[in-house]
Amino acid sequence: MSTLNIPMKRQRARSAGDILIRAVLFAAANISVFTTIGIVLALATDTLSFFAEVPLWRYLTETQWTPLFANQKFGVWPLVTATFLTSLIAMLVAIPFGLLIAIYLSEFASPRVRAVLKPLIEILAGVPTVVYGFFALIVVTPFLKQFIPQLSAFNSLSAGLVMGVMIIPLVASLSEDALSAVPDALREGAFGLGATRFEVATRVVAPAALSGIAAAIVLALSRAVGETMIVAIAAGQNPQLTLNPTVPVMTMTSYIVQVSLGDTPYGSLSYKTIFAVGTTLFALTFVMNILSFRFVRRFREVYE
Amino acid sequence: MTRLDAQIRYATVAASAETQAVHTPAGDAANVIEARDLSVFYGSFCAVRSVTLPVRRNKITALIGPSGCGKSTLLRSFNRMNDRVPGSRVEGSVLFHGQNLYAPNVNVVDVRRRIGMVFQKPNPFPKSIYENVAFGPRINGWRGSKSQMDELVEAALRRAALWDEVKDKLKQPGTALSGGQQQRLCIARAIAVQPEVILMDEPCSALDPIATLKIEDLMQVLKQDYTIVIVTHNMQQAARVSDYTAMMMMRPDRAGEMIEMDETGIIFSRPRDKRTQDYVSGRFG
Repeated sequence: MSTLNIPMKRQRARSAGDILIRAVLFAAANISVFTTIGIVLALATDTLSFFAEVPLWRYLTETQWTPLFANQKFGVWPLVTATFLTSLIAMLVAIPFGLLIAIYLSEFASPRVRAVLKPLIEILAGVPTVVYGFFALIVVTPFLKQFIPQLSAFNSLSAGLVMGVMIIPLVASLSEDALSAVPDALREGAFGLGATRFEVATRVVAPAALSGIAAAIVLALSRAVGETMIVAIAAGQNPQLTLNPTVPVMTMTSYIVQVSLGDTPYGSLSYKTIFAVGTTLFALTFVMNILSFRFVRRFREVYE
Repeated sequence: MTRLDAQIRYATVAASAETQAVHTPAGDAANVIEARDLSVFYGSFCAVRSVTLPVRRNKITALIGPSGCGKSTLLRSFNRMNDRVPGSRVEGSVLFHGQNLYAPNVNVVDVRRRIGMVFQKPNPFPKSIYENVAFGPRINGWRGSKSQMDELVEAALRRAALWDEVKDKLKQPGTALSGGQQQRLCIARAIAVQPEVILMDEPCSALDPIATLKIEDLMQVLKQDYTIVIVTHNMQQAARVSDYTAMMMMRPDRAGEMIEMDETGIIFSRPRDKRTQDYVSGRFG
């Protein structure tokens, strides 16, 4: 640097400001890292003391979850399957509708229609989840009961369906971004071969945007797995090992809500269960994020 | 041509572009495409102004002229690619074997299948080399076997003078090839659907001189089976490869006029118009 003939004073002033800004930005970037580490540590201590009392094999092999009863059982699977079931139903709604909306907005809608429709869809994402939960419980469940008489008042079906509707805007918006980022040259190439709009959208643009769409789907799945309010209100508080969507179940998140709100004594074994469940939930989403990261990297198309 | 016809054509197996469909031409039989009093507008801007231009069968027609004169717009109106531009509008007609491409009953998908296009920047799909070539036949109702498709892909790649370079890596992504190879892949992709005409929009402007030369040689071979229209900024290229040259011009107040068209030799040696003379001799543009 000193070979450049620039006055030293000015250069020093600039680099001092430079260092300060760097430090601020570095600190900002680290906040999320340290927050994550803090959460892991907070979870870890109570989780470890839980597993000191309840061995991991019981946690993973028992089929009942009754830590609040006299006869305590600590099999986590009823909670995991409930989370899996509600998330699966939600994704079955959110992925097809989200992708169709994204393809419509990106490849078919006129600019004017898109300018109106996209913000409208994103408003759906702004509705508080407690409203969705309420909606599932008092509107969707009674409606579905007309067709499925054996449907319980609390069930994973309507919770999952409504959760899917809640996630549609997320899938649609992120996928639309990914589709719109595909260079127009690819569309022209396909149109030039006699492709229809639909063929261009489904066979050229969507595959080219695959990594972005996959990222959107994984983000949506994380959202579904972690979603609390809708399932706590509408899916029930009844941990049972089932894949039947018409009966009440209890997801991992619902359980944490129940214990957090209840009168479980602080520091008791029952109290520590929520940390074990929280760690399980954290591990699940963490693994999903890593897998999606790998997937996105593997299929990423780099465009100039 | 209907999808069914296309299937039958494919069923009789690859690379038989010699089997030109029979038509009843309304105008000069040698003209595959004929622009008649064609004007193209983007909104109120007139990009092509009352152009009348014949494109002769199995010849290479070059469109030359300074930037912004409307060459590309004219080219893209030949397969209705300009339809994609919001606010674009056409007056006059483009006859393809005597039939107006802009008539209301014309299926634009069929138009683009029969009049293929190669773009300025190579734009292979992010798929394998094989799938890039197979894409066109697949979307156009291909019903052959896997081995027939293999033959078709090989034939198209051979005709695009790319086969020897890629035959061992057909599963690799087309985007991994060099620029010149990508452009020949795009040519292979275009001829795999067996069009009659290939429109080339400055196909060599992103390529180095050696790759450019390969494409030019290829064009000389391709014109035996196809009719080619090429837009180029490169005067030498137009002089080297084309049989006919159309000169377009722009003025500050108006663009899109075609000022003359003739055999390439005449345009480059003794053009009628002073402006053409100045342009081809490099005095402006």
